[in-house]
Amino acid sequence: MNKQVELKNKRVIASNHVKLGQKNQKGQTYTDINDIFYKAKQTPNFLTGSEVIRAAIKVASVGTSVAYPITPQSEAAALIGELYAEGYVDEYFRGESEFAVMGQCAGAAFGGHRVFTTTAGPGTLRAMENFPMWAGARLPIQVCVTCRGINSPLSIQPDTLEMYYLLETGMLIWHAETAQDLFDFILKGFIVAEQPDVHVPIAVCCDGFFVTHTKDTVDLPPDDLCLTPYDPYRNPQPVMDMETAPIRMMRDPFIMKSNYISYATHASWQQEVKAAVERSRKHTIPLLDGLIDEENTDREILIVGSGTAVSQAREAIRLLEEEGIKAGLVKIKTIRPFPYEEVRQATKNAKHIFVPEFNLAGWLAREIKANIPDNERVYVGPHVAGGMTMPSEVIVEEIKKHLGMEVATRGTLG
Amino acid sequence: MSKEKIVLCEDLADVMPPEYHELVESATFGNQDRGWKDIGSSKELIEQHSLCAGCPESIAFRYILASLPTPEDTVFVGSTGCTSLVFPHVAVHNIHSLFGNQNAVASGLKRTLKSRFPDVEKDVVVLAGDGATVDIGLDMTMQSWFRQEKFTTICFDNELYANTGGQESGLMQKGFVAKMAPKGKNFEKVRLAEIAREAGCAYVAVLTVSKPNRVEQAIKNAVLVAREVGPTFVQLYTPCILEIGKQSMEGLDEMKDAESIGGRFVQKEYITDEAQKLLDSIKEETKARKQAAKKPVNA
Repeated sequence: MNKQVELKNKRVIASNHVKLGQKNQKGQTYTDINDIFYKAKQTPNFLTGSEVIRAAIKVASVGTSVAYPITPQSEAAALIGELYAEGYVDEYFRGESEFAVMGQCAGAAFGGHRVFTTTAGPGTLRAMENFPMWAGARLPIQVCVTCRGINSPLSIQPDTLEMYYLLETGMLIWHAETAQDLFDFILKGFIVAEQPDVHVPIAVCCDGFFVTHTKDTVDLPPDDLCLTPYDPYRNPQPVMDMETAPIRMMRDPFIMKSNYISYATHASWQQEVKAAVERSRKHTIPLLDGLIDEENTDREILIVGSGTAVSQAREAIRLLEEEGIKAGLVKIKTIRPFPYEEVRQATKNAKHIFVPEFNLAGWLAREIKANIPDNERVYVGPHVAGGMTMPSEVIVEEIKKHLGMEVATRGTLG
Repeated sequence: MSKEKIVLCEDLADVMPPEYHELVESATFGNQDRGWKDIGSSKELIEQHSLCAGCPESIAFRYILASLPTPEDTVFVGSTGCTSLVFPHVAVHNIHSLFGNQNAVASGLKRTLKSRFPDVEKDVVVLAGDGATVDIGLDMTMQSWFRQEKFTTICFDNELYANTGGQESGLMQKGFVAKMAPKGKNFEKVRLAEIAREAGCAYVAVLTVSKPNRVEQAIKNAVLVAREVGPTFVQLYTPCILEIGKQSMEGLDEMKDAESIGGRFVQKEYITDEAQKLLDSIKEETKARKQAAKKPVNA
């Protein structure tokens, strides 16, 4: 675990049970994921995040998508319905609650479909019981989580607290910074999650509104290419379609037993799910070009973040540079698996590590503090929550204040 | 799946358990006239059960598995409860995911199998207890009926939460004193069959499992109507003898009492005209096929 993976000549091969180069019923050509991103011509488009989700699903060869309205994912979920009407998605319907939707997604995945759904905030929490079930059943379902507040009184505003709840569900958790990330992560996420030695669900998270409802320039491959479809038989578990001979699974269901074998079975299955998440590294690193991005990590001041906090940090670094203060940046792309070794390496020169987050819990800072030496270097903040934006100036002020520098008199949000 | 897929690899035959040999040699996969009468003369699709001695659920399981029209293309969806302890022993694919979401899982599963196998009839059958069907899962049970999802829902109604030790459930009779109803349940047994009819089920049957031929007919009707017409529902009284203070040998009498005139489980069916028409035509076809089979080949 956590060893650097040799990347030379590494290439993730997507499912090839349908021959590459064949056309689907919409005339799209099944294409290797690497060729879609690295060989096909990319064309800039000016789109909202919701439209980007639609663009990704259009070329994702999705079998089933189940929808339910909740801000800020409703638009994306409805746009996938349009794709279904146009014939790009095999099955699509509206469920009755997020708990039911995630069950419907499970049924579709048990039956052998590639499955995509979207949710947000309270929906993520209502669905929560399903996520460890997906992981335990080894269903490589993709849920796009467009993070929003989960607090009461009711909020629909962006807040990444719900990601904290997802961390130990056994899912892969990737955090998109931009609409471009969102497009890339959705398509690459299917391929990584569906590898037979991974085969666990994936949550592709983005910050609601900041990503879903703003327009951004996104490079898209031609939409007459598409991912090869999911091959349900490249699976660590039998597909529930009665196409393989049924087996009697066990003489005594483990739930009945209070004995060491029962405990050991459950414990080892949890360990296996965790190990599967870790095994996703070797597929993820070549596709995402590493689990983290680094800029100037030889500097003493470092900002480490994920999601749109990275964009704000990048601008903060530019502002600091104008004042002659030099800072580096680490962008974390995958929260699960967490890039322990990468973060340790990237932060080894830093004396001050700042972790800006769009939630009050500071879960990313906790993850970092738990995994690097001399963790008093980590400054937990700045934080905003409940839909607040995080102006780059706030990050600048927080850094300067912490370093004992003079700052203009103004209230801070730390 | 064709019956031919349930075979033994010759090289490994000596290490396969004897019950698997029996399954390959004498199970009734692929026999279109299979039914409860095969019990005793062929390999059953349930190997053992881990229920209490004399539990009517165990005999219900046997009748249902013997009655499925095409077990080689049937997938079960279960839920948490006594039934979930039996599914690991059956020779059909089955899913347990959570408590109460069985009809949601079955909705996604049925649509996917329809999409992946457009030319094969893959039956999906939900089998869950009354807590899963009516209490925690009622939302998803009914919504699947509203959406006209084409699968069968079977409820093992034992009128309480048996596996957790006998707590009040929505299908419990009014006045029954149980855990969590220390002064007796103070509202009526939920009329699930009527709810099913009004929610859009094309075929609804309520009965006990005292008479295997009746169970067989209800299960066959439900599965065949679900293929062609729409959702179907079968409510089977499988009393929890343990929690109502009966002995192991008293389950059958309890069911017979409950189905006699004035009882809670007098057999009833609600069938839509479309479903009835289908069942009539299937009956005619079966009759014709059996008659044809009786004629000498060169007649």
